[in-house]
Amino acid sequence: MRVEVTVNGQQRTADVEPRTLLVHLLREEFGLTGTNVGCDTSSCGACTVLLDGESVKSCTVLAAQADGREVTTIEGLASADGALHPLQRAFQENHALQCGYCTPGMVMVSMSILAENDTLDEATVREGLEGNLCRCTGYHNIVKAVLAAKEEMGAQL
Amino acid sequence: MTMTDPTQQEHIIGKRRVRREDPKLLSGENRFADDLVVPGALHLVLVRSPHAHARIRRIDVGAAQSMPGVVGVYTAQDLQAEWAGPMPCAWPVTPDMKSPTHYPLAGEFVHYAGEGVAAVVARSQVEAVDAAGAVIVEYEELAPVLDLEDAVRDAALAHEELESNASFVWTLEPNSEAVDAAFRDAAVTISERYVQQRLIPAAMEPRAMVVVPSPMGGDFTVYSSTQIPHVLRVMLALTAGIPETKLRVVAPSVGGGFGSKLDVYAEELLCLALARRLRQPVRFTEERGEGTMATIHGRGQVQYMELAADADGKVRGIRVKLLADMGAYLQLVTPGVPLLGAFLYHGVYDVGAYSFTCTGLFTNKTPTDAYRGAGRPEATYAIERAMDSLARKLEMDPAELRRRNFIAAEKFPYESVAGLVFDSGSYQENLTKALDAADYGQLRAEQQQRRAAGSPRRLGIGVSCYVEMCGLAPSRVLASLNYGAGGWEAATVRILPTSKVQVVTGTAPHGQGHETSWSMIVADKLGISPDDVEVLHSDTSIAPYGMDTYGSRSLSVGGTAVYLATERVIEKAMKIAAHQMEVAEEDLEYVGAAFRVKGSPEQQLPLAAIAFEAFTAHNLPDGVEPNLEASISWDPPNFTFPNGTHIAVVEVDEETGRVELVRYIAVDDCGNQINPLIVEGQIHGGITQGVAQALYEEALYDGSGQLLNASLADYLVPSACEVPSFELASTVTPSPTNPLGVKGVGEAGTIGSAPAVINAVVDALSDLGITNCPMPATPERVYQLIQQAKSE
Ligand code: FES
Ligand code: FES
Repeated sequence: MRVEVTVNGQQRTADVEPRTLLVHLLREEFGLTGTNVGCDTSSCGACTVLLDGESVKSCTVLAAQADGREVTTIEGLASADGALHPLQRAFQENHALQCGYCTPGMVMVSMSILAENDTLDEATVREGLEGNLCRCTGYHNIVKAVLAAKEEMGAQL
Repeated sequence: MTMTDPTQQEHIIGKRRVRREDPKLLSGENRFADDLVVPGALHLVLVRSPHAHARIRRIDVGAAQSMPGVVGVYTAQDLQAEWAGPMPCAWPVTPDMKSPTHYPLAGEFVHYAGEGVAAVVARSQVEAVDAAGAVIVEYEELAPVLDLEDAVRDAALAHEELESNASFVWTLEPNSEAVDAAFRDAAVTISERYVQQRLIPAAMEPRAMVVVPSPMGGDFTVYSSTQIPHVLRVMLALTAGIPETKLRVVAPSVGGGFGSKLDVYAEELLCLALARRLRQPVRFTEERGEGTMATIHGRGQVQYMELAADADGKVRGIRVKLLADMGAYLQLVTPGVPLLGAFLYHGVYDVGAYSFTCTGLFTNKTPTDAYRGAGRPEATYAIERAMDSLARKLEMDPAELRRRNFIAAEKFPYESVAGLVFDSGSYQENLTKALDAADYGQLRAEQQQRRAAGSPRRLGIGVSCYVEMCGLAPSRVLASLNYGAGGWEAATVRILPTSKVQVVTGTAPHGQGHETSWSMIVADKLGISPDDVEVLHSDTSIAPYGMDTYGSRSLSVGGTAVYLATERVIEKAMKIAAHQMEVAEEDLEYVGAAFRVKGSPEQQLPLAAIAFEAFTAHNLPDGVEPNLEASISWDPPNFTFPNGTHIAVVEVDEETGRVELVRYIAVDDCGNQINPLIVEGQIHGGITQGVAQALYEEALYDGSGQLLNASLADYLVPSACEVPSFELASTVTPSPTNPLGVKGVGEAGTIGSAPAVINAVVDALSDLGITNCPMPATPERVYQLIQQAKSE
């Protein structure tokens, strides 16, 4: 079947099997390998992307379900001139990644934590991150990064 | 090269610096092994045994072979001719160690659930998976050996042909008479049994690999999510019978390892052999649900720990007996893991009498191997739990008991009873600092208040002091332990014609940030910006020599090699500078990226000019070769001994048994710090992995040897909600073992944390008469302990 998806602002189409998952559409058809796969039970969140602005685990969404909708992946966050998004910058400045495997998912879920909360505290950030696993950082610096991004992005408003 | 005014030259080492690795990882630009696009690559899927122990009666591949897209289906027999030898174990710890023959696919018997019995190769992953489902295997089930205390009795055998489940018995008895005397004369003794449950490493990136052959050229490139590209190349060459010169191993971005990618795996060998046979690229990516069985596990020990002490709490003797679970086969360093702890069961305490025995046992479970800390978390757990028991028995504060027994700061370098020389440390200072940071007195007062008020939210405070050995390792010491390789590390530093610097390291980072840290070491020494230093690694065609990354060795061994290579480059440049400036070398000094005449700093030649001279070679002194490059292989003279004190504060809900970790204070001495930002990150992650062992994780098997929690839905890797933010501080006693004064920090957090947390849990419940709590301290378990204690 044919799906048409706006990915990171660009119109993309592909022919896929009905059972194809969104994560495979992104990785295999569109070559967007920034979105990772860490499990087979929708437990790890490494595959998190934004679907119409809301974070979803792309291993639990069929490619067909994304038809006609907008998907944002980690590749779509930095601006065209290569400047990192303030959230990406906060991750770097706070050393919120080590191996980087969970990172695309962590960044994407944090995008929606930021969008969904006018104010943020540590407990809210931790709850928001619950569905995303990181084996390297112990979360300490990820939490710090999200709070720092909120502060910076809030200041921009 | 950015020139800096020498007088304003800033130190780079020791300053927080954000990582250069991050922009690629933060934008999806980097490539993990499964991200690599290889045209024409075939997909390997394994048919795995559902049984822990069975005889294979029959394998029927007929139906599978004729399925769409299938290129071939192979059994052990079909592939036997591919192997020059069995899968390697590089650490035969005793001369009479028993090791079952281990090939990438099981032959007549399977010995653990998850072991591969057939290999399916197809054009697509989906076709390979479908065909694997059509392979028919008939098994005759055999009794599995699952429990260590059963295994040691040999009632059933994990491997019939070995006639015993014991692989080896390894002892360290420097003074057995003194041990006997200590226990005979002791005012008080402690005798406890602890269980180090099996853990699943669960690096977030599942293992993945692709082997690209060049059939006409006869060579192979192996891309694998491995911690050990160099060791892997040697082992693949030996096992598959391919000349090393025809093998290039590349570890692309690697998504965490923690020891689980410090191995030579069946799938790597299968991809290689099948790529050779089929003359096409072959790739494999594990599913999480198979990785939990097919990738090594960690820990798996039963520890019998005894202390003999005086009435005032001074520990006189320690006796340790271990049963260590090897799992079904010996992987790369499986038997050596308990040995890495063998020297450390007296912890940070000055103890005169010591005895250690370990029996390595086979079971019908996934093979074990090094997992973050490897042997040292187990040792630390045993001594720190036992010290708390001793404190309770003597009705002494656990912190005070530790104080009385510490190796005193003035005793360093300290020759331990087990034969090590501890480099440096200030254990009292660690403890004092941690107690102050925790406000220990206040916590104890609050604990008393809650107890007096009968609060169901019980407060527990757990102290753990640790020392570990890392910086693996002096090669001669490794030889004395029968380890099959050296412990050196290699580095090359070259200054290119445009004066940019290229560093080649034999370490293989997978999250540790070596590119950033090594660039800081070189830039600091050369007086240039780290941005002008490029760090290359993890590709055997670029970095031919290396011993890779594990055991917190990379900085103290690999970083030191980088530092020393930089020094050599400066020495060479100094010769050229002296020649150019027509002065004696002794009259020159190197400051701020320039050679200048001592006493008349205006007479100077920048390093950039020398680099270009070395390139053109138009005017070099006699006997000096062109190019500005130095290579070094450095073998450390000793291990390094990071140490610290960790304090966990928990609340135990008496009504539900739930344990909440409310505060965590860690004071660590990893020697000099190159980049404190990275040091802290390593400690955060390390602590979380130890907390995970203490409270959440355990590989659970049923009576038939099935892994019950093979998915991340069932195996509880902690999320952000299960840990607090951490309160870190440090002490610094530079290690005299290396010129950087560094010790290593990759495993420290994991080593210190599990005993701190369990000590806190037991402390919360001690007024109920509870003295022990097995790991993980799940709500069910804790609830039962409480109920049991109350009914007694
Ligand atoms: S891959 Fe683990 S949740 Fe999607
Ligand atoms: S940074 Fe490695 S899993 Fe999160």
